[in-house]
Order: sequence, then structure tokens, then C-alpha cells
Amino acid sequence: MSPFFAAIVLIVLITCGHFLGRRRAIQTANGSRRLLHSLPHYYGLYVTLWTGVPAVILMALWVPLQPYFLDSFLIASLGDKASGLNSDQLGLLLNDIRNVADGNISSRRNDPTIIAAANRLIEWRQLGYAGLLVITLGAAIAGLAIARKRISRTMRARNAVERVFNAVLFIASLIAILTTIGIVLSLLFETIRFFGKVPITEFLFNLSWSPQTAMRADQVASSGTFGAVSLFAGTLLITAIAMIVAVPVGLMSAIYLSEYAPRKIRDILKPALEILAGIPTVVYGFFAALTVAPAIRGWGESIGLDVASESALAAGLVMGIMIIPFVSSLSDDVINAVPQTLRDGSFALGATHSETVRQVIIPAAFPGIVGSVLLAVSRAIGETMIVVMAAGLAANLTINPLEAVTTVTVQIVTLLVGDQEFDSAKTLAAFALGLALFCVTLVLNIIALRTVRKYREKYD
Amino acid sequence: MNMENNRPETVKSVAGGMAIDTAVTGEKNLKMDGTEETTIKMSARNLDVFYGEKQALFGIDLDVPEQSVTALIGPSGCGKSTFLRCLNRMNDTIDGCRVDGDIRIDQSDIYDRALDVVELRARIGMVFQKPNPFPKSIYDNVAYGPKIHGLAQDKDELDEIVRSSLERAGLLKEVVDRLDSPGTGLSGGQQQRLCIARAIAVSPEVILMDEPCSALDPIATAHIEELIDELRENFTIVIVTHNMQQAARVSQQTAFFHLGILVECNATNEIFTSPSDERTQGYITGRYG
Repeated sequence: MSPFFAAIVLIVLITCGHFLGRRRAIQTANGSRRLLHSLPHYYGLYVTLWTGVPAVILMALWVPLQPYFLDSFLIASLGDKASGLNSDQLGLLLNDIRNVADGNISSRRNDPTIIAAANRLIEWRQLGYAGLLVITLGAAIAGLAIARKRISRTMRARNAVERVFNAVLFIASLIAILTTIGIVLSLLFETIRFFGKVPITEFLFNLSWSPQTAMRADQVASSGTFGAVSLFAGTLLITAIAMIVAVPVGLMSAIYLSEYAPRKIRDILKPALEILAGIPTVVYGFFAALTVAPAIRGWGESIGLDVASESALAAGLVMGIMIIPFVSSLSDDVINAVPQTLRDGSFALGATHSETVRQVIIPAAFPGIVGSVLLAVSRAIGETMIVVMAAGLAANLTINPLEAVTTVTVQIVTLLVGDQEFDSAKTLAAFALGLALFCVTLVLNIIALRTVRKYREKYD
Repeated sequence: MNMENNRPETVKSVAGGMAIDTAVTGEKNLKMDGTEETTIKMSARNLDVFYGEKQALFGIDLDVPEQSVTALIGPSGCGKSTFLRCLNRMNDTIDGCRVDGDIRIDQSDIYDRALDVVELRARIGMVFQKPNPFPKSIYDNVAYGPKIHGLAQDKDELDEIVRSSLERAGLLKEVVDRLDSPGTGLSGGQQQRLCIARAIAVSPEVILMDEPCSALDPIATAHIEELIDELRENFTIVIVTHNMQQAARVSQQTAFFHLGILVECNATNEIFTSPSDERTQGYITGRYG
């Protein structure tokens, strides 16, 4: 007697419901399908939905609620033993009872009241599962019966089924939105807690970032500063370097691939470029840290420049390479989507291929290209692994690409790696950084959408 | 138009092996002895076109007389658009397309290796079936050709070219106060006239039209037909059309294509009143096609 068993019985019922609904529909039409309003399998689906949906909803409500109710019953049954405890102690006690009931090792396994409580718990669980089985299967059978009874020759089963699928699609689209809202809210609450400890002006305007908090009041270097400016400057610097690499290279390769490349070369080059997108970022990371950064340092030293062994330039260059396929693949798609008639029109006026590309195709594909570039920017801002490995951890406020800088994402990682107490400003700072980063990418996306829409209106 | 430089050559008009015996062009070609002669602007001899393995045109011989409208008619897939696209070498842009034979404009071979196809297309403009204005302003759409060919010395001259081209395409009045708005915002008929203005702006000698009215409503079509008739004074026009009435209305010479073969080519009133081939007869009376 478990939820698992109930699920199996439910599946059997649902399958039966489908056949019963179908058969019933054909019966009501005296075997002539043409007299039915909908195709027979819609009647089958109709019964299936009536059988399955209420039962599944009941089960989905019951399963998480059962332990909650059992806990409150247990507390009530423990009477005096539980009444004097605070919430932590009570939780510990309940945990012990549950462990004994599950047969796990518990510190108080020999306490007779605990054993008695555990036995009660086991009994109630059995009862609960039996109740679950009865209620869900009852709902399923009732649903099946009602739906089957409703079937008639003129019943609009197709419309009813499609309404349900409509609702399912709507719920599916809500999931992404609700998740986003949930994430933003959780960031927001932690951020508000953070700003309770550190003033918001410090976060936004202080130029120094040294996220320490004291364990004890008399500790050395107990005061930290949480100025995010240098982190965002570092992010901006590395993103800019990456885009300087990725946008021209990506765009030019997209133009070559879609306009000039013979079919054979295109068939090889395009998948090869897309493989670049499949390399894990951690591999790019050590490529940047172990190959590119030392090479840049060596090159810098040879012409007398002072280059840090972890530099923004190394991380930015490699990140740019990583982003090339995003820009080129998306731009290639939008360039290909430019109608052939525009090319023909330009050629027929005696324009050369490159004039056509520059003056007709690129302007026509511009909204899509902007979209792909901004997508690449979002990607660069959010990229973590390469910067962790190749750009360093020191928060430097600089625009010199040869120095080590750090980014928002890197700091979030370092703030949350290892053992943390979740009420110190140091840990909460990660949430504030996350929220700020989210706002930046949100603004970028809004700009991207605006740009695309503006040009759409103009040219479509 | 720089007609003086073209050294027009008077040739006894032979089209599809048949002499044209009605007035195709104006009186200036009428000779003293009464036989009518026309100046041939473009000519195709023994033209075969292949798309990969498939042969689309078989030995086409056709002359296009100057300053007149030549209509190409025939059922879908008969090769008339293919023929049209050979005249300005637009078929070059299609993979696997091969052209054999001889096409001449003013007696010079357009498939000559020494000939610059870009220059050829500046001499032979084209208007397409579906209006295809560039995603630019109305002004820039027309200015595009003159700009890439460097036809204007300065901004004023360019303005003048744009204005006169729009004027000749009969569009100026409708768009004069919104030259900066996008060309794609115009109605279908206006867009097609914009495409014609765009083609005129580079002062071509020949204008090819590939079913220019098939995407337009009857009023816009009437507009374009009127325009074609006016343009005939300055340009040589070759038009592909599915509309027999249109061919009869706008053209002086009509060529009937069928299954990649040029069945018959003659003066338009001859073709429509007394076609010599029964396939032509069948097509124009609507028995097939």
C-alpha cells in the first residue's frame, strides 16, 4: 500500500477509460462513426482526462500534506512530552521518531515513548496510504463513470479535450515565468537583508571590494567593504574585450558562410564552428589560464610591458573565441532569412556582391544581428568559468586589460564556495550581486527587444 | 539615354524565322520602299539553357526590337522567365545553370568573358514578379543604383535623378512628401512602381519585367500597363506575362513559348488575330496552359 501502487492502478484505470470512452461513443452512434460529433478517440481522451486529472490532482495534494498532518497528530499524541519543548527540540524529537519508524539509527532508539510513537507513526502512515488509495481511485472511478455517462452522439468531445490541452499549454508557459519570479523574489529578500547590514550607497558607490566579516569582534581586519563598482568595471572590461573579438569575427564568418562560401566549404565550416560552441567552458578556462595568459605575458615582457600572469586580456580573448559561434550561427541564420528577391533586386541593378551585402543584406538582417550580439553580451556577462581561471580574483578598478581584474560572477562563486553562515554580510553580498547582474542583463534584453521591434516596424 | 553612342544597326527584322510585317516601331524605321525595318536591340541565337541535367530552353532564336515592348507568353514552366533571366545574366546566380548559345546586345556578346556582368546589368534593368523594395527609405531605394554606379556628381544631381525617376514611374505625386519613409510601407502597386523607378534611375537601355503585375490588383495593374506604354518611348522592354489581355494591350511583338521551345514570334496583333501555329491558337483561346 504505497503511493506507487496507487499510481499503477490509476494508470490502468486511465487506459481502461480511454477504451471505454471510445467504445461507448461508437455504441451511442450505433456503430456509425459519421454520426458522432468528434472522432472516437476524442471521446476516449475525454474519459481519460476525467479519470486521470482529478485523481492526479488529489494525489499531488495528498502526498506532500500527509507528513505534515501526521507530525501534528504525533505532537498531539505525545502530550506532555512535547508541550515543553521549543521548535528546534521538537523537530529533533520528531526526527528521532521518524528515524526509528524507518528503521534508521537513532540516538534515542531505546526510549519506550519514542518506540511507541514510532509504532503509531507506522500505523498512521499505513492508514494514510490506504486513504490515499481509496480517495484517488474513488475519484478516478467516479470521473470515469461521469464522463462515460455524458457521452452522447452530439457531445462535443473534441472541443472539451482541446480546451483541456489549451489549459495545459497555458500552465506550461506559466512555469517559466513563475520560476523567474520566484528566483527574483528570493534574490530580492536576501538582498534586502544584505542592505540591512551594508548600506546601499556603499554597495553602489564605494570603489573598494574586500568582502570580509568578523567572526569575533576583536579580530584583525574585521571590517569589510562591499563596493561593487570595481566588480562591474571588471565585468565590463572583460565583456568589452570579448565582444571586440567575437562580433567582427563572428559577423564576418557569418557573411562568408551565408553569402560567399561554396556549398562544400559551408558544409564543413558551419558544423565546425558549432563544435566550438560545444566545448565546455572549463576547458576554455584552462586554455586561457595555461596557454593564452602566459603567452600574453611573455609577449608583453618582450616589448617591455608589465603584464599580470592573470590578465583581463587573456580571459576576454578566450571568452571572445568562445562566443564567436553564437554570433556567427545566429547571424548566419538571419542573413539566410533575407529573401532572395532582395538579392536579385540588387544584382539586377548592377550591384556587385559586396555592395549587395553591405547595403541591402546587412541592413535587412540588422535587427536579427543586433539580437544575436546582445545575446552574446548577456552570455559574456554571465560567463564564470573562464574568468575564475584566467582573470584572477583581485578586485582592481582599472581599464588596463593587462592587469588582473575580477568579475561579478567570479565574486559570487568565491563568496559562496566553502562553509558559509547565511546571515553574514559576506554571504548575503552574493545575492545582492546576483540581483544587480540580473538587472543588467534584463536591461540589455529590453534594449535588444526594443531595437529589434523598432527595425521590424520599419522594414517588414 | 545615350542613343547616339549605340550605333544602331538596321537589320531586316527576323523573329523566330518569320518576318514581321506590321509596324513594330515608329515611322523612323520605315524605309522608302515601304518594307518595314526595325532596329534590333537584343538578339538570341540558338540558345540552350540547362538547370543541371534538365534542359529548360531548346534552340531559341529571338530578336528584341528597340523602343518597343516584347511580350513573352506561355504556360507555366515553359521557359519564358528563364529566357528573360538570360538576357541580363541573372541566371548566373543560380547554381547549376548553364547557358549555351549566343545573346547579343547592340551586336556585342553578353556572355563574352571580357564583359563585366555588373556593367551589363546596369544597361539592362529588371523588375520582378513580387515587388522587392529594399529595406530603405523611398529615396534611398531609388538612389541605390545611381550611387553604386556613381551617376551623380553631387547631392543635387542625385536628388534630381531620384525625382525624375519617380516622376517617370508615376509615383512622385504620391510620395513627394514622404521620401524618407520606408519603401516597404507603400502599397503593392506603389512598391512595384518604386521598383520600376529604381530600375529607371540607372538609365538602362532595356528593362526586363517578370510578370510585374501578377501580385497586383486590377487598378494597380492598369497603372503599370499605362506606365509601360509610356516607357516604351525611351526604353526597350521585354515583359513576361500570364495575362493574355495584358500582352495584347501593352506589347508590339509577342513570343509564345511552350515546353522550352519558342513556338511562334510575331507582331502582337498577328499573334492574337491569326496565329500560324495551332499550339499558339490553343493557348490564346484558352484551350490549354
